[in-house]
Amino acid sequence: MSCCGVNAEGVLALNSVSISAEEIALASHPLGEGLQQLDLSIPDVHCGECIVTIETALLRLPYVRKARVNLTSRRVSCVYSEHTPDGPIDPAGIIEAINATGYRANLLAQADSQSEKNKNQLLLAVGVSGFAAANIMLLSVSVWSGADAATRDMFHWISAMIAAPALIYAGRFFFRSAWNALRRGRTNMDVPISLAVTLSYAVSLWETMHHGEHAWFDATVSLLFFLLIGRTLDHIMRDKARSAINGLARLAPRGALLVSADGSRRYVAVEEVKVGDEIAIAAGDRIPVDGTVFGGESDLDLSIVTGESRPVSVSDGAEVSSGAMNLTGALLVRATRLARNSLLAEIMALMEAAEGGRARYRLIADRAASLYSPVVHILALTSFLAWGFLGGDWKHAMLIAVAVLIITCPCALGLAVPVVQVVAAGELFRKGVMVKDGSALERLAEIDTVAFDKTGTLTLGSPRLVNIQATNDSDLATAVALAVHSRHPLSQALVRSSSSAHSIFDRVRETAGGGLEAFSGDDVYRLGSAAFACGQSHGASGSDNPLTEVVLSKNGATLAHFFFDDTLRPGALETVSRLQSTSFQIVMVSGDRQSVVNRTARALGLDRALGALTPKQKVEEIARLSEGGHRVLMVGDGINDAPALAAAHVSMAPSTASDVGRQAADLVFFSDRLDIVPQAIHVARQSARLIRQNFALAIGYNVLAVPIAIAGYATPLIAAIAMSTSSLIVVANALRLSRLAAVTAAPWKSTPAVAYEANPI
Amino acid sequence: MNMLIYLIPIALFMGAMGLGAFLWSLRSGQYDDLQGAAWRILAEDDTDQPKP
Repeated sequence: MSCCGVNAEGVLALNSVSISAEEIALASHPLGEGLQQLDLSIPDVHCGECIVTIETALLRLPYVRKARVNLTSRRVSCVYSEHTPDGPIDPAGIIEAINATGYRANLLAQADSQSEKNKNQLLLAVGVSGFAAANIMLLSVSVWSGADAATRDMFHWISAMIAAPALIYAGRFFFRSAWNALRRGRTNMDVPISLAVTLSYAVSLWETMHHGEHAWFDATVSLLFFLLIGRTLDHIMRDKARSAINGLARLAPRGALLVSADGSRRYVAVEEVKVGDEIAIAAGDRIPVDGTVFGGESDLDLSIVTGESRPVSVSDGAEVSSGAMNLTGALLVRATRLARNSLLAEIMALMEAAEGGRARYRLIADRAASLYSPVVHILALTSFLAWGFLGGDWKHAMLIAVAVLIITCPCALGLAVPVVQVVAAGELFRKGVMVKDGSALERLAEIDTVAFDKTGTLTLGSPRLVNIQATNDSDLATAVALAVHSRHPLSQALVRSSSSAHSIFDRVRETAGGGLEAFSGDDVYRLGSAAFACGQSHGASGSDNPLTEVVLSKNGATLAHFFFDDTLRPGALETVSRLQSTSFQIVMVSGDRQSVVNRTARALGLDRALGALTPKQKVEEIARLSEGGHRVLMVGDGINDAPALAAAHVSMAPSTASDVGRQAADLVFFSDRLDIVPQAIHVARQSARLIRQNFALAIGYNVLAVPIAIAGYATPLIAAIAMSTSSLIVVANALRLSRLAAVTAAPWKSTPAVAYEANPI
Repeated sequence: MNMLIYLIPIALFMGAMGLGAFLWSLRSGQYDDLQGAAWRILAEDDTDQPKP
């Protein structure tokens, strides 16, 4: 099936991600009788063929008892037995089997069962209130059609008996939230909803007892039914986003390979590593805790930790921080800090200190409610008093007041916001952007400044060959043939730049922190830093050069220079120019060296680019912008960006971001292209417009309906018709969003990707 | 009007049956993977059967 093509990026990523059997054992949970359950996230699964492929591949393994793919949450749940008659099994085979079919598999963080429970409770409440609403409406229609006297009373009593449990069971979400708001001295949308529901039920019951003509049980319950649908959709949307984000590969290691005093090695959870413990870190693994190197030499990729784009070589005595990727050689590290005190913990503390827009922001629905509910309640009270004093019939006055409350009950207002946000989040979900909650969309619509991180956000964080100074054409082929032996990012970039790569050497040796050395007959080829390749210090490659240089030498004589630069993320150029043309202010905040930052800024046409920033300085820069009256969107990925992501009014992170960066961001985008950022802003602005329109519609409806209620002409039938019509109008208006977003976003997609710089090869 | 004594309980009973069916389908996990269920019906054979 052609739709099952897995992108090349994904397959490339397979090579760099290895999950050990110990890590899988930590992630599985026992079911008893020697069975273990393992939940894996498979981000690429998307059709029926994928389900069959993966399930068949897993069931073919002798120790797998059960495998079931969940397409909605893109997961597979796999039950396997730890022991077969042939002895203990290696659970890594499960991952290998999935990888062999061409899909990526990631271990999941601890499953969030609380949210699943909430979803089921909401669905149950929808079911119960739907059942009650349908049956009460059945009885109400009979009353409206002319049932009277004893029959009407009986129908009312049956309605009351159906409504009471439904109200308590399905209404508890609103009552609880309203009570929480009132206790803190605030109001939210749930306060007028709870009040209208309880009051109308009480008055209807009183009417029923006194053989009254009008009872509002149908309005009470169908109101709950409508509002619960909105709330459930909202919950499902957030759930979907959260499960997609949780399904991403964890970048921080779960455990560490502990070296005991007798030299034996044992895999332990990262929390169990103590200060002074000795840890072995293989090439290709991330450093689990902060420590000092006491054995081995290697290069570290710090791009996700500090934003530094060039690998740093480390040897004995060097300090390493958790999260860095060990590239070339095995390292022995002595832990200097516990996992919970490591760099990551400092970042967490900074994040808590940087109280962002999230904490200060009040939801638009709550702001509307704080204006709306006093007006409505005063109106109902005034009608009650006016009818009471002028007419003298206090019972009739009470009925009028309840009619006002029910007619104005914010059914449409309660749906106005969540329905638009659910549609907008669904639209963004299809584009590959996960929205963590509705308030993120509201905040995203308000921004006027965008702050970008450089490494990993504006750029992909992987080097690209941009220039060659060679005496001979065959030098590139020689260099590539050498480079295939290394997993250093520069070597891999060299390999990617050439179509054919076959080794022509007898023996190849890699020196961590230096480069590769190969022997072909009597000749010695070296590929690496200038100092390593030529066996002497080389002036040209000062640390201020924005380009990274690699030298190929033969018997100590330089053959060729290769220059590497970070690759711009596709769409970065259009993103910047589009944002600038729509009068957004753009700043670049990076932890990388200023010379590299300046080069990227020039390529993108940015005026303001700040380099060599610490995480704290990034937060200060965001805070400075906010104090200047700007609302800042922060887009970043690294561990060092996390505090700034938390401090900004709203934040976005790519799915390749560090674990803590993804947690801190309000929106996570799965697309490789950066122009998803202006698209997301566009959708957020459209949805903000639709929310305002919906408010206008809901209020306009009230302006028409309230006089009818105050005049005393509102019967339960009129209320039922008016309420459902206004809700339908609001929902229909919200559904326009996908069309609006599609129409205006189309021209952006058609713009061809502009190359950052013509490739000189 | 006497027939109401039968009809109303019947109507309520039928409604309750519907509610019961919904609760059962929710509890047995039929809403866990709506997209997957749509595809599975097209698959040739059930791959999710536990091995004997």
